[in-house]
Amino acid sequence: MAMTIHVDIVSAEGHLFSGQGEMVYAPAVMGEIGIAPRHAPLVTPLKPGELRVDPGGGKEQQHFYVSGGMIEVQPFKVTVLADTGIRAADLDEAAAQDAKRRAEDALSNNAADIDLAKAQVELAEAVAQLRAIERLRQTR
Amino acid sequence: MAGAKEIRTKIASVKSTQKITSAMEMVAAAKMRKAQDRMEQTRPYAEKMHHVIGHVALSNPEYKHPFMHAREVKRVGLIIVSSDRGLCGGLNSNLFRHLVREIREMRDAGVEVQYCTIGTKALGFFRRVGGKVVAQATHLGDAPRIDDLVGTVKAMLDDYIDGNVDEIRIAYNKFINTMTQQPTVTQLVPLAQGEDADELSHHWDYIYEPGAKEVLEGLLTRYIEALVYQSVVENGACEQSARMVAMKSATDNAGDIIDELQLIYNKARQAAITQEISEIVGGAAAVS
Repeated sequence: MAMTIHVDIVSAEGHLFSGQGEMVYAPAVMGEIGIAPRHAPLVTPLKPGELRVDPGGGKEQQHFYVSGGMIEVQPFKVTVLADTGIRAADLDEAAAQDAKRRAEDALSNNAADIDLAKAQVELAEAVAQLRAIERLRQTR
Repeated sequence: MAGAKEIRTKIASVKSTQKITSAMEMVAAAKMRKAQDRMEQTRPYAEKMHHVIGHVALSNPEYKHPFMHAREVKRVGLIIVSSDRGLCGGLNSNLFRHLVREIREMRDAGVEVQYCTIGTKALGFFRRVGGKVVAQATHLGDAPRIDDLVGTVKAMLDDYIDGNVDEIRIAYNKFINTMTQQPTVTQLVPLAQGEDADELSHHWDYIYEPGAKEVLEGLLTRYIEALVYQSVVENGACEQSARMVAMKSATDNAGDIIDELQLIYNKARQAAITQEISEIVGGAAAVS
């Protein structure tokens, strides 16, 4: 039987694939790479593209679309840390600006510093309510 | 039979409330199971990343990424993860209470704090009490997506790189079990390290393409995002379980109230019947 390499594809939101392959093709940033068993240890970012796993034995190749991420290669193990969306420096920047703008919109006339006294009064109220409910339940 | 009708309407109203709370309880229970699964699923990614980062950092001691370099703490950035919706018992209040204590401690030590909120409850809290909120994200839904958090996390990381904050912490509810949620504040950046010194025993190193610096940079940003995402998912599981417990006790309470009202109603009805009989008997006696 031909040598195989273990392939794991995980994203932050869950596990996508796990299995054996004779060959893995991945879209690395420097160009597509083919990984066979006993490949030298390698870490490299991926660009959006198609990732293929050849299970060998004439079986059909498995195709995955990755929108970027990282790939970690060890002699008998490949781990793909896939991104769930398209990532690019300017896209991330736009998202960051968006998050900041949302905060400004939501808190346009906010005091520059937290009013600890006010916060404590408010929380004390909430806690008192909860305690009262608790006591009510016990006395019943 | 005065009041009997009122009591009946009251019972009907409590019953319909009970129906709602018990439906909410069941919905929360189903969602909690899903949220717990989601929590489990985020683990392999972060673990794998932690492993690779540890390896890269240890095999390249000459290159220190700012995220791994601790500096004197004058300003702290705090990411607060809260729920979007209420009716989940004291979940958010407990977290905020824990937070206020921490903020007070930091302020006493002369450390400034700026915030970044996730979830409408945290945003609402800081809107009421004030505070410098630099970024926010709300309405993530039951299945939060990491893409929705990228901007918020980047805003905070940029502040860290620019030197506006010297440390980033994250506050969220830790899922202990269905009944217990623990408000937690942990340090996110600079990354705590040194726990896997035994990894130095590896005598091999990765090939980095295009270079160790770029790889590490990409990994670290994703790792921190994954950690924030994990907290959000964990907080989501806490929210559902807290809601389930809150709604369960609301349903029980409604049941108690219905029982009491039923008793009062029966007494009133009995009293009315007794009165009627005695009136009839009295009337008959007067006639004969």
